[in-house]
Amino acid sequence: MALKIVKGSIDRMFDKNLQDLVRGIRNHKEDEAKYISTCIDEIKQELKQDNIAVKANAVCKLTYLQMLGYDVSWAAFNIVEVMSSSKFTYKRIGYLAASQCFHESTDVIMLTTNQIRKDLSSPNQYDTGVALTGLSCFVTPDLARDLANDIMTLMSHTKPYIRKKAVLIMYKVFLKYPESLRPAFPRLKEKLEDPDPGVQSAAVNVICELARRNPKNYLSLAPLFFKLMTSSTNNWVLIKIIKLFGALTPLEPRLGKKLIEPLTNLIHSTSAMSLLYECVNTVIAVLISLSSGMPNHSASIQLCVQKLRILIEDSDQNLKYLGLLAMSKILKTHPKSVQSHKDLILQCLDDKDESIRLRALDLLYGMVSKKNLMEIVKKLMLHVDKAEGTTYRDELLTKIIDICSQSNYQYITNFEWYISILVELTRLEGTRHGHLIASQMLDVAIRVKAIRVFAVAQMATLLDNAHLLTGNTQRNGICEVLYAAAWICGEFSEHLENPTQTLEAMLRPKVATLPGHIQAVYVQNAAKLFATVLKGEEGNTDSTAAQEASQLMIDRLPLFVQSANLEVQERASCILQLVKYIQKLQQKDVEVAEEVNALFAGELNPVAPKAQKKVPVPEGLDLDAWINEPPSESESEDEQPKAIFAKEEPKHSRPRHTEVDEKELARRREARKQEQANNPFYIKASPSSQKVYQEAPGVEHIPVVQIDLNVPLKVPGLPMSDQYVKMEEERRQKERAEKKKKEKKKRKEKRSGRGKKHDSAPESEEDITPAHMVDIVTEEMPENALPSDDDERDPTDPHKALDIDLDKPLADSEKLPVRSHRAAEAQKSPTDGETENATLPEPKKKSSKEKREKKKDKERDRKKSKDEKKKKKHKHEDKEEDLLGGQADEPVLQSEETSQVAEPPASSSTTAEVSDLDFWLSNAPVPSNTQEAATVVAAAAAPAASVTAPNSEPDEPKDTEMEEMKSSKHKKKKQKKEKEEKEKKKKKKHHHHHHHGDGAGDESVQNGTVEEEEPLPPMSNYCLLAENSYIKMMMEDADEVYDIQGNLQDGSQVVVSVIFENKCSSFLKSMEFNVLDSLNSKLQRPEGSGPHDGLVVPFQLPPGVSNEARFVFTVQSIVMPQKLKGTLTFIVKNEDDSTHEKLDFKLHFTCTSYLITTPCYSDAFAKLLESGDLKSSSVRLEGVNMPFHHLLARICFHHHFSVVERIDSCASMYSRSIQGHHVCLLVKTSAQTVSIDAKCDEPTLLGNVLDEIKQTFSQC
Amino acid sequence: MIKAILIFNNHGKPRLSKFYEHYNEDTEQQIIRETFHLVSKRDENVCNFLEGGLLIGGSDYKLIYRHYATLYFVFCVDSSESELGILDLIQVFVETLDKCFENVCELDLIFHVDKVHHILAEMVMGGMVLETNMNEIITQVDAQNKMEKSEVSASLKICYLDQIQ
Repeated sequence: MALKIVKGSIDRMFDKNLQDLVRGIRNHKEDEAKYISTCIDEIKQELKQDNIAVKANAVCKLTYLQMLGYDVSWAAFNIVEVMSSSKFTYKRIGYLAASQCFHESTDVIMLTTNQIRKDLSSPNQYDTGVALTGLSCFVTPDLARDLANDIMTLMSHTKPYIRKKAVLIMYKVFLKYPESLRPAFPRLKEKLEDPDPGVQSAAVNVICELARRNPKNYLSLAPLFFKLMTSSTNNWVLIKIIKLFGALTPLEPRLGKKLIEPLTNLIHSTSAMSLLYECVNTVIAVLISLSSGMPNHSASIQLCVQKLRILIEDSDQNLKYLGLLAMSKILKTHPKSVQSHKDLILQCLDDKDESIRLRALDLLYGMVSKKNLMEIVKKLMLHVDKAEGTTYRDELLTKIIDICSQSNYQYITNFEWYISILVELTRLEGTRHGHLIASQMLDVAIRVKAIRVFAVAQMATLLDNAHLLTGNTQRNGICEVLYAAAWICGEFSEHLENPTQTLEAMLRPKVATLPGHIQAVYVQNAAKLFATVLKGEEGNTDSTAAQEASQLMIDRLPLFVQSANLEVQERASCILQLVKYIQKLQQKDVEVAEEVNALFAGELNPVAPKAQKKVPVPEGLDLDAWINEPPSESESEDEQPKAIFAKEEPKHSRPRHTEVDEKELARRREARKQEQANNPFYIKASPSSQKVYQEAPGVEHIPVVQIDLNVPLKVPGLPMSDQYVKMEEERRQKERAEKKKKEKKKRKEKRSGRGKKHDSAPESEEDITPAHMVDIVTEEMPENALPSDDDERDPTDPHKALDIDLDKPLADSEKLPVRSHRAAEAQKSPTDGETENATLPEPKKKSSKEKREKKKDKERDRKKSKDEKKKKKHKHEDKEEDLLGGQADEPVLQSEETSQVAEPPASSSTTAEVSDLDFWLSNAPVPSNTQEAATVVAAAAAPAASVTAPNSEPDEPKDTEMEEMKSSKHKKKKQKKEKEEKEKKKKKKHHHHHHHGDGAGDESVQNGTVEEEEPLPPMSNYCLLAENSYIKMMMEDADEVYDIQGNLQDGSQVVVSVIFENKCSSFLKSMEFNVLDSLNSKLQRPEGSGPHDGLVVPFQLPPGVSNEARFVFTVQSIVMPQKLKGTLTFIVKNEDDSTHEKLDFKLHFTCTSYLITTPCYSDAFAKLLESGDLKSSSVRLEGVNMPFHHLLARICFHHHFSVVERIDSCASMYSRSIQGHHVCLLVKTSAQTVSIDAKCDEPTLLGNVLDEIKQTFSQC
Repeated sequence: MIKAILIFNNHGKPRLSKFYEHYNEDTEQQIIRETFHLVSKRDENVCNFLEGGLLIGGSDYKLIYRHYATLYFVFCVDSSESELGILDLIQVFVETLDKCFENVCELDLIFHVDKVHHILAEMVMGGMVLETNMNEIITQVDAQNKMEKSEVSASLKICYLDQIQ
């Protein structure tokens, strides 16, 4: 032994440590990869050694290599080994490695549960600390569930160092195991007032993270946080709290009212910029949440803006950045107060820092007016030219377009200028936003009629110079512009000066290199152009021009006919045939122009976004009505029609128009028009400008936006946008002069032309361009559509599961501060439950009901999958289970919902809680209008029994139904004890662990069953020892076996962990644990005590709490399983009296419990088998259907074996007893049969172990 | 929440990487490269915040970094963290390193990345700020190092005694 250690440490001296590895890598710069691969080989060798120091060193090196990007997951098991070292030095290395490379799908994680639990309860605080730190990085749902209770206990540890870590890690536990939130929350809340500032800060941290995602559940904590805010001096805590308030205020404007004053004080008093900034931010949030227009708030806004200005003017770029960021928040609600700092923001546009420029760009959006738009855009265009990175340039481009197009081009006075800006933007290299420019071109050309002549000329030039855009492959994005150009030239070809030339440009062979969809547009619009050319040549006596055009088409189109793009091909061949036909007619001197033009007659109008949605449902069409009468016998099942009638619900599939005659149609159309006319959100088209497609009924009712611009400004050629700035100036001056004369007249014109007058900035006076389209933005929202946050949330967001009503457990706290599923037993008699329900005369408040409904929905989603699994699982379970599981999902869900709904104390005290908050909030003088904006909480506080009537009706039958379900559940619970034990034996798995933190009672069974389907099922050796109505004892299957080396002659020691759980509502104390010793096994008692004295359990149990104690036994012979009888005595202390109680139990030491997981290498293993000292035995297991790795994991876990080698479906395993017996297994599986050949130097032990293995698998 | 903490030098060589969300090794390397690319091209006197790259983050996340001599310290955080607070935290981190290593330089981080991890573990845990008080951090780190030393010397003593026997 000693020699081994010496040898080990000598070996170590020659090993490479981390520093050597790093040095080596640095010395092998040329062949780094090769060097590292040799290092990895060395590491693999080191990992095979027994010496833990060598292993730890190897793992440490692996951690470094992981950082360099090498996958080290193959060493996961070795990492676990190092983690379980008793020495802190190695343990820390192990946990660090685990935190760097373990994740949810690392399968060895499930082996760590007990190790971590042991470390968590280690007397050394740093062992605990290191375990907590590691766990925070790789916690899985299984670990979270199994360890939640241990961590919760640590939250009350005596050392603040542990407390703060335990508090912080709870957040991760909540994320992975949402059920733990409710039971743990009271204690978490307690920690908000922990004497240690670090713990307090951690608790604030966790609650802030929780509240950020689901703020409404944490509103009731507002008074507590308010107190903290006014009392704390820790800036870090203050920042977190203030940030939290920022998230809460939108839900409760009155809270905002209360906050303003202390926040303002902080703003004035604090010297910490970070705190100041967060205060300003939250004040902004408050101001946004409050209804505007309150006189005394302008002061707050002024204060904020003023402080932000100081930040922006600061030389520190960070403050500048943050100032701009906060400014943009104010901009949304109080644009005017930001506009006064325009100078500053424009200045920031020239900042050398890109982040700051980007923030300033965001603000620009609110800065523009008709007066300065051109100037600002000009400045931006300069930036575009100077910009280096494409990202920044693209950002600029989108911003320019955003700014110009906002509010339906509200600020553009001269569209020719805008078109030329767009054309200039096409010269940008490598932009991704070609399509954006294109859509703007199309939009403007379509909406602004007066600009078409100009736009067409510009587009024709673009088409002519298409090679400039397409020349470089890098400019791919920009060729989208040609799409717009071609379409505009085609559609408005009557405005073209020289259509033939453009036609020629569109049919150049080079076009074939463009993307398919653009070619398609080219071909189609070439046809339009062709029609225009024909029309132009009509009446000319000389028809050569027309014939030349036909010839051009016939010559060039075949190129497109060969296109690989179907759309292009189809259009081209169609048009080619058409032109050929036309050519024939031309040769016969037939006039064709009119007919060809008729192909493209009519005008295309822009359709408002969402217009389709807004098409009103015709009168008399009820989309919810049955098309066919439902079969009468199924009427009662209307509530759950989905599954049954899914195929019979083609509600929308029927064509509506077929049955309606023309007259009816006309009538409806009239009605619709009437309705639209009265709808302020509808865009009204001026009837004169609109052509109607008669052949498509209903099309004309789609809202159409049109802007008519009647300022003809002839600018020949292709002018630069800059020119327009100048021209615009002149024009405005001129007009200002004219205006004085014509003022009256013009106003009239405006009114009659538009019917609307814009009311913005003072400069609108001098503005004459009638380009106003107000309300267009609001129009785009469908009626009655409210933005719902829930829709936007990612369904995979883990925080969704944390949307849990936290007020409820608080209410239940009189009964059970920590809820566990055993608690449900308290009301296990069905009569109890029913009377409770009976005395519950609609206690539901409207909003709490809504909340619950929402929650139900969410839970439903979550549970459905669970239930489905459950169903499958329960097929083989007893009949009663089958009844439940066999029904449709719905009843199962409902029964769970009832248990929620039927919690009278909960809902009533929620109200109490809520009204507390209400009271606290209403302490501040509340202005009348905020009161009107009835908040969720206020609504909840108001008695709303009548409100629920219409809503709850459909629910009520369900409720009673559910109650029945529930009572049947209760009955079931009566038999719980036996059943539980049965279950426990049946699945020697660890469902019982749910008591660690299961909020809803009924769920535990489910959870347990669901687990079986998961890739690697969680396992635990805890089994029920004994239970009565006061206490429950769970024994860990004596799996932690301490082997005191060198002490073997004295017999071995076995440590038994027992979890005591208080199930009643009284305090349990003076617990004494006693066991009747047998000859072979003895409980180790402290020196001086007699052989029959009990051991005092070193803790007391408040209601609902559980804790773990360990007892050491001395065992002589380990070849046979042992049973020991024992008794636990304790005092149940109620408020007025206390009684003495006892509980008998039997401790069962299996032979397995004498085995220690000992890793073994294949060579050593082979030698062992060869030695011939071992007796062999074998066993066959039938009907085991689980994946092989599960099987191995089970043997490893339950029977303390380690896998030596695994080849396909065959594995060798090894374990060693505490007295040094070797046990070797060869496990083979084929189909559902598993054969285990075993060898051991002690046949009795082997026989017993095999029996136990057999039992394990017969139970699953 | 802090999503990741990266330290790399002026050439983008990683000196420490701590991801509080799982990525595979390749993605981690890509993130480090991308972050280096984003950060390294920024001038010295510009602000210390930038919007996250494509791989890490998204709109809610920010990169907050500081540049010290040859090293970049980059924190990727979401909007629940105070920007200026994190900047202070980086400062605390570096000052702590300076105390623990006595005039810290890049070489210390190169050869003792494990120690840097241990120090960081006392400041940030699972992506949440654990402790911001430098003295407290140093006390805990020192106590753990002392434990480690005592274990090492104990095992050496055993070796020594064994050899004597």
